[in-house]
Amino acid sequence: MKVLLNGSSYSIENNCSIVALIKNLELNGKYAVEINQTIIPRSEYSNQKINSGDKIEIVQAIGGG
Amino acid sequence: MTNSHTDKFTIAGSKYSSRLLVGTGKYKNSEETKSAIDKSGAEIVTVAIRRTNIGQEKNAPNLLDIIPPDKYTILPNTAGCYDAASAVRTCRLARELLNGHDLVKLEVLADEKTLFPNITQTLDAAKELVDDNFKVMVYTTDDPIIAKRLEEIGCVAVMPLAAPIGSGLGIQNPYNIRTIVENASVPIIVDAGVGTASDASIAMELGCDGVLMNTAIAEAKNPILMASAMKKAIQAGREAYLAGRMPKRAYASASSPIDGRFF
Repeated sequence: MKVLLNGSSYSIENNCSIVALIKNLELNGKYAVEINQTIIPRSEYSNQKINSGDKIEIVQAIGGG
Repeated sequence: MTNSHTDKFTIAGSKYSSRLLVGTGKYKNSEETKSAIDKSGAEIVTVAIRRTNIGQEKNAPNLLDIIPPDKYTILPNTAGCYDAASAVRTCRLARELLNGHDLVKLEVLADEKTLFPNITQTLDAAKELVDDNFKVMVYTTDDPIIAKRLEEIGCVAVMPLAAPIGSGLGIQNPYNIRTIVENASVPIIVDAGVGTASDASIAMELGCDGVLMNTAIAEAKNPILMASAMKKAIQAGREAYLAGRMPKRAYASASSPIDGRFF
């Protein structure tokens, strides 16, 4: 299925959890996740299923003033 | 007796020794970021919240490894937000990112050319964030009435600009900054517009509690040396403020006695 991940189309398996998505992306460091503008607490990453067409944002801290 | 070791200031219940707050943008690389921040002595360090760069630079150092949250107070900003809703959304993501850390720098911008704040949206966002238990340090214009209003809303620090963000023009309206300081019962931190060490000293001599800067250090030819200069400038300006400057006179006043002259 397709989702919109950080503004770009991205293909993942059906019924994928956030944990699986993050593993696929090989993310390191700290990040926060929002699905359809709802923040997903870290404790929910293994339970939260992703649906086709979801708009997912994964953000991190970068340099800024 | 107040000295630089006992002269701490408090933001949202936490005490800080360094009155220099620094940003992490515009540095050449992570080594330079780390060295400059170390040298500045800053304890509060701002970061921006942006999309993770999917599929690129998997081994690139993470900013929070360079400025670890157990060593620094991380101050996520809402830079780039032009409305209250996106600023509030950014703060909520930052709080999740930082395990519930609720100190944020609110800035809602109005115009790309000047990066002046959108005050009506800033007021709306400040109210919503305070209601949601955030501790809000707010970027604003040097308008004393608005500064007081932001304090009344419940912001934990009010941060008027000295000049436009990244301009390096120094304090353009010292009388307004002084009025803001006189009226305030929360820390006043000059945020944006400082260009060199003397600008930072002037802010502190006006009685500000601190100065937040990024470009003045990051865009110096030698950022690490400028970070050191800024640390000293902030301390010098603070001590001069506490010492109380001499009055200005229109004419000279001899420093050596008139009596006892043999000529």
